[in-house]
Amino acid sequence: MIDHVTRGLGMLFVVALAIAVGTVADPAAAQTKLKVGILHVGSINDAGYNQAHAEGAQVMKKNVSEVELIEVENVPEGADAERVMENMIKQGARLIIPASFGYLEPALRVAQRYPDVKFVHPGGYKRVPNLTTYWASTPEAFYLMGIAAGKTTKTNKLGYVVALPISFFLANVNAFELGARSVNPKAETRVVFTGTFLDPGKEATAANALLEQGVDVLGVIVDSPITVVQAGEKRGAYSVGYHYVGVQKFAPKGWVSGVAFTWGNLYTRFARQVLDGTWKSENILGGLGDDYLTIAPFGPAVPEEAVKLVNATRQEFVGGKRQVFQGPIRDNKGVERVKSGEAFPLGDLRKMDWLVEGVIGQPK
Amino acid sequence: MIALKSLLSGAILSGTPLLYATLAELIAERAGIVNLGLEGVMLVGAVTAFVAMVVTGSAALGVVAGALAGAAFNAIFAFLVITRRANQLAAGLALLFCGVGLSALVGSRYVGSRIAGLPEVPIPLLSTLPGVGPAMFHHDALVYAVVPLAIATWWGLFRTRWGLALRAVGENQTAAFAAGRNPHALQYQALVVAGLLGGIAGADLSLGLAKTWAEWMTSGRGFIAVALVIFSRWHPLRAIAGALLFGGAISLEIELQAMGVPISPFLLDMLPYVLSLVVLAAWGGARRHAAPASLGRVFQRTG
Repeated sequence: MIDHVTRGLGMLFVVALAIAVGTVADPAAAQTKLKVGILHVGSINDAGYNQAHAEGAQVMKKNVSEVELIEVENVPEGADAERVMENMIKQGARLIIPASFGYLEPALRVAQRYPDVKFVHPGGYKRVPNLTTYWASTPEAFYLMGIAAGKTTKTNKLGYVVALPISFFLANVNAFELGARSVNPKAETRVVFTGTFLDPGKEATAANALLEQGVDVLGVIVDSPITVVQAGEKRGAYSVGYHYVGVQKFAPKGWVSGVAFTWGNLYTRFARQVLDGTWKSENILGGLGDDYLTIAPFGPAVPEEAVKLVNATRQEFVGGKRQVFQGPIRDNKGVERVKSGEAFPLGDLRKMDWLVEGVIGQPK
Repeated sequence: MIALKSLLSGAILSGTPLLYATLAELIAERAGIVNLGLEGVMLVGAVTAFVAMVVTGSAALGVVAGALAGAAFNAIFAFLVITRRANQLAAGLALLFCGVGLSALVGSRYVGSRIAGLPEVPIPLLSTLPGVGPAMFHHDALVYAVVPLAIATWWGLFRTRWGLALRAVGENQTAAFAAGRNPHALQYQALVVAGLLGGIAGADLSLGLAKTWAEWMTSGRGFIAVALVIFSRWHPLRAIAGALLFGGAISLEIELQAMGVPISPFLLDMLPYVLSLVVLAAWGGARRHAAPASLGRVFQRTG
């Protein structure tokens, strides 16, 4: 079979390999003080939800030299997510970022098993002492998009391809239409729900159906804006993006702007807090005035006056001089939802199950 | 009016990948093999086509690469169920998840890449017909090719000796063997052809319909195709109707929303599936006797 010489060489090779792996495996072991694990439900190149989180993690890594990042993509929600988080903790991770809404329950379970590890969950609504939930309230930003869209449209028909009729998404579309109407009283927004967070085939069909109806500004609320934005660009329509700042490259001519998350500074703060022991569980709900929600650069088709108006309105929101859902507001069935002089509070968005007048669509 | 044009166009666009996939499964099942992993084959085809186009810039190469990848992937399935005699249903499902994972792995580096996709080619004269013209005759090459391919499949299965032998294997493998056919060889051939068509179905999704790649972007279309095979009673020409009907239902669901019809989006989401149930219930009777008699079994030589 194998002669002695070969066997000896084989053993030598294995020993050498073991030594090499042992020394090379962790060259920065002396400097790494914080291993951070991040899980993504999709691909980090999706120009959407996942890429926004991934780039946030990269910014955190750049800003905090003691951070070593463990990153896993395409982790299904459920038992797999638990397994991946446990795996990261076994590798020494002390801060976990489960970057998908559906990771909340698995994260809560793992958090309770490992009370010394900190968890930060985007969009969650339940906490434990070592799990923080964070998000940025987006309707104000969508209102600004509505202003830009309302000024850019030539047909006065706007459209939105949305995953599901969840209250937060309805609120975004409502804010968009309110913003559009504020500069263009004839603007109407048609909504199509695809029924799922990611199905490029259906998204393309939805985009085309809206374009056939005469829509010339397409917005999108799904995990990745690529399909819808491309479909719009192909037919000469304008696009409004979501999640990620860099979507313009898919629609160089038709790009309007987009609502984008820039988690980098927030993640940097989390990492520094864990390192100096000041981290505590909290519910963070930011907005337009915070450094993790922004609007993407404007495209060439947006008129200069729209840009000025957007910036001015943004200041009004940030300064508290204006509320997105200030009354009077009627829904698209004629029912008065917000009285004159009042405003629908952003903290109550969970209760919004209607679409404003001017939006053509069925919320439930 | 607008809605009908859009509906027709949408039905054709959504129905095309379904028809390719249905033809793929139909050929396999006519030879007696159930491939539940068709979705995995489509995904492998879709990602390969996408990556090939990102790298080379050629849609034609993308489609060819997708087809070949699908065929190679299905050949693995063929080896498992024919030569190694693995349970077809289990092996098919294993193929499905393997395909999902493999395609996600290969595609992850390329997510977010821009491609021009398959170019739309208007057919001269026909595409200028009022109303129907642009809806039916302004599409890409894969859309134009699918119905001729379905007819070719019908002709191949029912008008050639190879098709006859293949169907014989699907009905009664022992008899086919006794008549001098080689059941295993025919089943391998059927699965390779099925793999090519499944790969093209995937390529049509990633290069034609969506012009992008996302993990598990087939979203159950492979399973719909398996159902459509039964729905069409294993006949390629009826498969055209089935795929168009289902594609039309998907398109209708979206069209109704875009028009602002006041029906709950949740109910509309069910539309394609409810429609399939209705049609199956109405025309279900003959189905049991229409399946290839040896479906699910693989020939074993005794002695």
